[in-house]
Amino acid sequence: MTGNRSNNFVRKAGIALALLIAFYLCLFWVQTGWDVYKVRILNLSAIYIGITLGLNLCNGFAGQFSLGIAGFMAVGAYTTALLTMSPQTKAAVFFIDPLIWPLNSIQWGFLPALLMAGLVSGLVGFAVGAPAIRFRDDYLGITTLGFAEIIRVVFTNTRTITNGALGLKGIPPHTDLYWSWTFALVCVLLMVRLTNSSYGRALKAIRDDEVAAEAMGVNLFYHKCLAFVISAMMAGVGGGLLGNLITTIDPNMFRFPLTFTVLMMAVLGGLGSITGSVIAATLVTVAMEVLRVLEEPRVILGIFLPGIPGMRMVVFSIALMVVILFYPKGFMGDRELGLDSFRNLAARFRRTFLRKQV
Amino acid sequence: MSDGRLETVTLEILLQNVANGITLGSLYALLAIGYTMVYGILRLINFAHGEIFMISTYFAFYGIAIFALPWQLSFILAIVLTAMLGVVIERAAYRPLRDAPRISALISAIGVSFLMANLGLVIFGGRPKTFYRPQLFQIPIQLGRIRVVALFFIIPVLTVILLAILNYIIYKTKIGLAMRAAQWDFDVARLMGVDVDRAISVTFAIGSALASIGGIMWGLRFVEINPNMGLFPGVKCFIAAVFGGIGNTTGAVLGGFLLGFGEIMLVAFLPGLAGYRDAFAFVLLILMLLVRPTGLLGEK
Repeated sequence: MTGNRSNNFVRKAGIALALLIAFYLCLFWVQTGWDVYKVRILNLSAIYIGITLGLNLCNGFAGQFSLGIAGFMAVGAYTTALLTMSPQTKAAVFFIDPLIWPLNSIQWGFLPALLMAGLVSGLVGFAVGAPAIRFRDDYLGITTLGFAEIIRVVFTNTRTITNGALGLKGIPPHTDLYWSWTFALVCVLLMVRLTNSSYGRALKAIRDDEVAAEAMGVNLFYHKCLAFVISAMMAGVGGGLLGNLITTIDPNMFRFPLTFTVLMMAVLGGLGSITGSVIAATLVTVAMEVLRVLEEPRVILGIFLPGIPGMRMVVFSIALMVVILFYPKGFMGDRELGLDSFRNLAARFRRTFLRKQV
Repeated sequence: MSDGRLETVTLEILLQNVANGITLGSLYALLAIGYTMVYGILRLINFAHGEIFMISTYFAFYGIAIFALPWQLSFILAIVLTAMLGVVIERAAYRPLRDAPRISALISAIGVSFLMANLGLVIFGGRPKTFYRPQLFQIPIQLGRIRVVALFFIIPVLTVILLAILNYIIYKTKIGLAMRAAQWDFDVARLMGVDVDRAISVTFAIGSALASIGGIMWGLRFVEINPNMGLFPGVKCFIAAVFGGIGNTTGAVLGGFLLGFGEIMLVAFLPGLAGYRDAFAFVLLILMLLVRPTGLLGEK
């Protein structure tokens, strides 16, 4: 019995390890073989997967409608950028108002900088979440939107730390596929572990009925706050990766449309579904690039078609509207796509097939 | 002597700022009414309200610029079209989700808002347009030491008149009674023979028409209009509505006045904080929700 179980465990661990190695070999192949543009899209996909999962944890699993994700991304992006830029670059970038003391002379490695980004955005998340978490759905939404906007305004004005509206340039391009997809993988695993724990069940209970959850002994403040903080941390680390991918950041990048993009990914995939978020984040990121066609002038079959700036967001807004009106649960609802569902599908297929034979 | 002159200048600047504050406050008030009415009846932040406001300025702009209508006719047409747009948005995007979870309706509202802002960008173009200013609003008026144009009087007076008309509609007419009944409880209102859908449509029509008047005045005041102008005045005016007490039209006007006035005074007296102007409304919202969540005049 025990032998059988440990055998099973060894087998599962073996499969997991093999998949992991295959995954990183794939990443190695793509990173070295594919062209820069495709690698960049894949990097963005991975970063958005992580951030969307963070938003989904808060908005989908815990039912706390937060619209502040862009603010936490800004905190993470600025933290990582300021910690990884070399003192020389900082001196060159901060040419109007010099950077304040401890930041202007340090340069950290990428990993500690990312961890610091997670920590700082987690702290900011707590400072925002602790007072805001008591509000109801839409009030929480507008309050967190307000906090994100305050963060942006503060970043625009604290020129000795963030360089104000000019933003930061020359951030070292540390982010590659290994970093971004490891981040995505860690986020997925974290979410799977979280949602299958007592903690995840408590969150779902809060989402379905706060009063009943509290009556059952769920600590509302603790659980909501933790969901909010973890969500902020994931957004922060994702923001850090994003900053070191595109190497230039400024406060206006982190306005409401960014939150809207991430929210759209989570809603399209299904609020409350991990696989849904992964699929939707990837599809939307790729579609964002593919639909650039709409915005560039080009000649098709001898007819000149002028590009229409803004057309991509029209398409995505319509997609969001269609999904929310006709399939309110998104692609996946709160279901998951995994080995089990494939097995179920195969079994159902076999059953119907056999029945028809008989 | 020089001290005296300095004081005179400061007084003039102060009065000028008071005039600016009252004007901006009135514009916020006109928008805040729409938010407060919709929230009162549907318990939904109508994110699209700011975009309705934006599109109405374009209706008025194109009425004059392309169809060469006289400005009076163009403004009236813009108000009517905007009211219809508000009703259509409610039918298409909010009514199907009336029994869905509130978050779905909220996401739908955000979706409509983005759709309209980006459609605006596609159709109207991203470059700002210059709003036509009829002579009537430009008549200079000398008031003691300061000189202002007639617009600075027309906007607040119009706001107060519109509030009076609105309160008459809500408290003295049959459709106003229906709207108030629907605010309490849809099902009970239906049992009493109230056509709830019609009451909601009228709410959207009135709210959008007021947003449109606000939009036209905004165009007259700030001249420049662009497709992105809706989002932030929109969110700020929702805050004004919360500040005054959500669901309460008089509260919304008061909240709008105070918010606009506060913003201008913040910039005037603490120029060091001028960069933080856009955060002011949100700080106010958060403090208000923590200290007095029902707003200044209470919810209705």
